[in-house]
Amino acid sequence: MRNSTKMIILSVIAIGFCGLYLFHDLNGSFDYALPRRAIKVIAMVLTGVAIAYSTVIFQTITHNRILTPSIMGLDSLYLLLQTVVIFFLGSGHFTIVNRHVNFILSVSTMIVFALILYQLLFKRGSRPIYFLLLVGIIIGTFFQSISTFLQVLIDPNEFLRVQDKMFASFNNVSGELVWWALGIVILTFVVGWKYFNDLDVLSLGRDTAINLGVSYDRVVKMMLVISAVLISVSTALVGPITFFGLIVANLSYQFFNSYRHIVLIAGASVMSVIALVGGQWVVERIFTFSTTLSVIINFVGGVYFIYLLLKESRSS
Amino acid sequence: MIQVRELSKFYGKKVVVEKVNVDIHRGKITSFIGPNGAGKSTLLSMVSRLVDADTGEVLVDNDQVKRMKSNEFSKRVSILKQSNFMNVRLTIRELVSFGRFPYSRGKLNAEDIRIVEQAMDYMGLMEMQNEYMDELSGGQRQRAFIAMVIAQDTDYILLDEPLNNLDMKHSVQIMKILRRLVDDLGKTVVIVLHDINFASVYSDRIVALKEGRVVKDGPTNDIINSDALREIYDMDIPIKQMNNCRICVYFNS
Ligand SMILES: Nc1ncnc2c1ncn2[C@@H]1O[C@H](COP(=O)(O)OP(=O)(O)O)[C@@H](O)[C@H]1O
Ligand SMILES: [Mg+2]
Repeated sequence: MRNSTKMIILSVIAIGFCGLYLFHDLNGSFDYALPRRAIKVIAMVLTGVAIAYSTVIFQTITHNRILTPSIMGLDSLYLLLQTVVIFFLGSGHFTIVNRHVNFILSVSTMIVFALILYQLLFKRGSRPIYFLLLVGIIIGTFFQSISTFLQVLIDPNEFLRVQDKMFASFNNVSGELVWWALGIVILTFVVGWKYFNDLDVLSLGRDTAINLGVSYDRVVKMMLVISAVLISVSTALVGPITFFGLIVANLSYQFFNSYRHIVLIAGASVMSVIALVGGQWVVERIFTFSTTLSVIINFVGGVYFIYLLLKESRSS
Repeated sequence: MIQVRELSKFYGKKVVVEKVNVDIHRGKITSFIGPNGAGKSTLLSMVSRLVDADTGEVLVDNDQVKRMKSNEFSKRVSILKQSNFMNVRLTIRELVSFGRFPYSRGKLNAEDIRIVEQAMDYMGLMEMQNEYMDELSGGQRQRAFIAMVIAQDTDYILLDEPLNNLDMKHSVQIMKILRRLVDDLGKTVVIVLHDINFASVYSDRIVALKEGRVVKDGPTNDIINSDALREIYDMDIPIKQMNNCRICVYFNS
């Protein structure tokens, strides 16, 4: 099967699921239910695309197919931020209640953190990318530990509010924020577009990429910033869900068997949409909300992750 | 000509390459020889801007490499490293096509395709062009990478131990191809060689490194003699003349 055929089939499935989600059991509720569902669908498409895009580019620049950008500690920072605010100011504080404020606060904290981190690490010339990852892991673990510490001390009722933030959920996405997020995601594509060809070369390794005239450091920095922005936006919109990227990125590599990032990113994005919209539909209609999409994703993702590890260890 | 001026590299306090001055002459094969850890790979990596130099500069045809755009440089000098890791499955043809990236940025035109096919033909890869790299033997892989560098069509081609892991037949095959690149197409080849006899038989000039410094630099005939070799390798190596080739008999010295 040709890649374009595969892409068309996947797109049809994705659109089918979106249609199913939007119109199934609508009972003529065009004014009330439909706009609400539409917002959720847009949020899922956005999140799916953001995570697919950021994971694929992150894995290319790190030359590693079992990493996700969450290794940079952004999700941990998000949780720490929410925990700290709830702990010190209470869950009734406007930075938690007002979702616009919360969104802006979260996105800007994560992006500023990422930029400071990159700035510090790249200040003295180029560093091996693994150095950056190591620092990311350490800082992420540090954030997590503080969060856990505060969560132990916190009032149990308040803890429930923290817990809400710990898992991704599409059930109460704000309409306006979706448009903001959409704008930012489109911006990352506008900026990232011209680097897609460079990324193809980057898969051949740093040395070959430099030999072929890619401005390696510049491309890597740009991609780190883009993936940080994407992760920040999707996390602030629906919660931490980056693990999911691992699944769709690897499925895309397997299914498309291409080195071209335009294909890999598009493929992973469409698969994300299928998984999120299809999954959410199943959660709502079949499990009738008795479980959450996050739980399913983490379960399926975990199994797939183990499969990938076994496969990698066998092939090497 | 590539001019290397006062090039140094330190890792911590360790001096790996120390104030090296070398001229790479156009239209010649220059071999770099020397013991393991002498700094040959590091020197080649600095010349090809894979590694930043701590002091000194490199000029390519009188242009400072530091001032050149990465893409511009990649049309003039290419490098093939000792080991080439890949994160994707590519066919030979796809890999060789990447050699045109400095010119095409990924969109090959008819001219690019012609050059890619020429390069594969040159390396005897036409029949197997659609085979995947991870299913090839070491020699075939190496040939595919060299074809990529040929497709890159640079005046200067730097190769770091391209004969590593190759059997005798393929080693000879590759050295002959490099010779043809220089003699027929006017390329300039710089090659790091482990086996001094390949250097003796195929190169025009030899540069010997030891502990980060150039200890010998000159036409092949000036370097392949027992006195010079003793200085480089700390070994007494007799030399035998056979059919115009000078062979270093180092096996029992
Ligand atoms: N990234 C590095 N960090 C520290 N030491 C290095 C690094 N790369 C090379 N070296 C050291 O520099 C010396 C020269 O290495 P190299 O240029 O690979 O030598 P050669 O290619 O001549 O065998 C060796 O002692 C090696 O251990
Ligand atoms: Mg070496």
